Amino acid sequence: MTDIWSGLTQAFWLLATLDADLVEITLRSLKVTLSALAVASLIAFPLAALISVRRFRLRRFTISVLNALMGLPPVVVGLVVYVLLSRSGPFGVLGLLFTPTAMIIAQVIIVVPLIASIAHQSLRELWSDYHDLLISMNTTKRQRIQTLLWDGRRALLTAALAGFGRAIGEVGAIMIVGGNIDHATRVLTTAIALETGKGDFALALGLGFVLIAMALFVNLMIHWLSHTESEGRW
Amino acid sequence: MTMFPLIAKGATVRRRGKVLVGPVDLTLGQTGTTMVIGPNGAGKTTLLKLLHCIERMNGGTLDWACPVAEAQQRQAFVFQTPVMLRRNVRDNIAYPLLLTKTPRAEARARAEDWAGRVGLGDAVMRPAHLLSGGERQKLALARALIRAPEVLFLDEPCASLDGRATREIEEILLGVAARGTRIIMSTHNMGQAQRLGSEVIFVLGGRIHEYSPAQDFFAEPQTEQARAFLRGDIVE
Amino acid sequence: MKNYFMGLAVSALMVGAAAAEEMKLAVTTSFHNSGLSEILLPAIKEDLGLEVQLLVVGTGQALRLGAAGDVDAILVHSRKAEEAFLADGNGTHRREIMYNDFVFIGPVADTAGIKDAQTAAEALSQIAATEAIFVSRGDDSGTHKKELSLWSAAGQTVDDFGDWYRAVGAGMGAALNTAAGMDAYIIADRASWLNFHNKGGLSLLFSGDPVLFNQYAYIPVSPEKHTHVNKDAAQKLEDWLVSGRAKQLIDAYEINGEALFVFNAKE
Repeated sequence: MTDIWSGLTQAFWLLATLDADLVEITLRSLKVTLSALAVASLIAFPLAALISVRRFRLRRFTISVLNALMGLPPVVVGLVVYVLLSRSGPFGVLGLLFTPTAMIIAQVIIVVPLIASIAHQSLRELWSDYHDLLISMNTTKRQRIQTLLWDGRRALLTAALAGFGRAIGEVGAIMIVGGNIDHATRVLTTAIALETGKGDFALALGLGFVLIAMALFVNLMIHWLSHTESEGRW
Repeated sequence: MTMFPLIAKGATVRRRGKVLVGPVDLTLGQTGTTMVIGPNGAGKTTLLKLLHCIERMNGGTLDWACPVAEAQQRQAFVFQTPVMLRRNVRDNIAYPLLLTKTPRAEARARAEDWAGRVGLGDAVMRPAHLLSGGERQKLALARALIRAPEVLFLDEPCASLDGRATREIEEILLGVAARGTRIIMSTHNMGQAQRLGSEVIFVLGGRIHEYSPAQDFFAEPQTEQARAFLRGDIVE
Repeated sequence: MKNYFMGLAVSALMVGAAAAEEMKLAVTTSFHNSGLSEILLPAIKEDLGLEVQLLVVGTGQALRLGAAGDVDAILVHSRKAEEAFLADGNGTHRREIMYNDFVFIGPVADTAGIKDAQTAAEALSQIAATEAIFVSRGDDSGTHKKELSLWSAAGQTVDDFGDWYRAVGAGMGAALNTAAGMDAYIIADRASWLNFHNKGGLSLLFSGDPVLFNQYAYIPVSPEKHTHVNKDAAQKLEDWLVSGRAKQLIDAYEINGEALFVFNAKE
């Protein structure tokens, strides 16, 4: 109990004094995760729309695979990315291991199935609403996908938020591929793991509270943004 | 190039082993307003969708005088439960124009014009899902008409509307027909069928039971079933 | 909004190509936990303009990173493994820098009575005899390897131990946390222990046997095997680590008034 209390006080002072290290790793956490989220969304949204709209032979199989991959253990993803990016691995020449880019790659792999799966569930519903009209208007596949993505943008935002939650709190994969290098690849979660390792629970908890606060803040901000952006409540 | 005549030969729609419509043998000409009538479950909706080529056929042939894609481009379909795109009224109506690469500003201006013509002028910026049943039908109608279709399909457009809204829709349809649009619609309202129709297709059990000019049909139905249906009896 | 995200993505992709001279050094958890790196790294940056990026891992993984060419040099403490590393052609040479020592930690009550032991072997034998709970790193790290060699020097076979012997497969800090939670015995490097905040009911019970000395060595990764390694930076860092400036900083480093490291590099 004393740990939690001193964690809260630590978090408060870290925030109140805008501790330089804290600001740095928090910004890096945001940068890595938001970049991963942007890339993952660019992949997952069209994919979700495509499997909602198209009936191809492996559709059911693809959906099952996506659902199964939602539970992908981050540690395994991290290990695979690590082996691929290692100097002695197939993409070693790129020199990406232990850089923020490697962390982004790992997070993209972790959240794409989650985002695609959640997005698909709501886009499929939307498509069953729109099906007759869009078929009747002789729309192309591309137009159907565009329409679903635009009209389903709220649901997509929710899917992206779920992805953000998973990515920002993830530690297993980015610890392996990022290496938790101070001033280079240290983010909130790996810093928490490090402080826990040092037995400094108060500081670890403090960072944890900052992480939670940040996740809340981003969620609220995106919700607020999407409310002001659209009149009515789609 | 004209789309007509439409020629169907033995066209059949089967789902899960059950025949929903067909075999249909039908030739539709260029002019007139066609009323599709018949009891619930007779296959009116499926027949309309079949003619519009959005229902998969399991047998027979159905040919417009031009390629299917082109025919669809020149037709419009208003569904019994109108599909409301998750946008405001103006953007719903403008949607078909945006598909054909009309500049956004122009598409929106024309949509607002159409909204006014169907009596939705005050509602252009409202989210479409907040509209009442009658307003939704008007929106769907405007969205169909903005494409200037040569053929307009309507599936019971006034099914759940009150007398006033029904009358407003009918007036719009009469105007459209007067400008030469070929209307093919289903209805349960015999008064409406007489007011609007120039010919009648009587559907029963998925088959076209009778196809004749409206005057003849309502004055002197050819079959016992049609007479029973017009009397309001139950027909199988 | 989309543009903003794209901007982030692009800038994140470019971070890898920063301007200042950088090198990657794999070090062991125990070295990093000592806090000495926080003294040395800024000094290195000041003197050499070199940004040393630390990868804090166990000795086992540090050696793997070096063998794969993912770092430019390693700083570890497990002589046998280091020699094998060199024999496989993964490094150019081994340079001894400094040493610290391992200590025996256990419950304040000292149920196994190791406080008065004369040697490390005697202390371990007493733990095994009383079957007091003992936490082992179990992660193939330098500390773990040291622990195993101490057991065998004491004539004990780890494989035969009962469930009082808990191999946790974790880093030094996590293992210490576990030991604190179970009031168990554990072997730790002195630095990690002194810097550890969650001591709970544990205390330092035994130290000082010369077999517990822990030699750190610096090994640059072979530029012949991995042509991309930054061998100039690795050389510069080595020259600095054996210099008088490093000696002064290392010998002067204290926690709670206790010196932790002894500089012993030869010019």
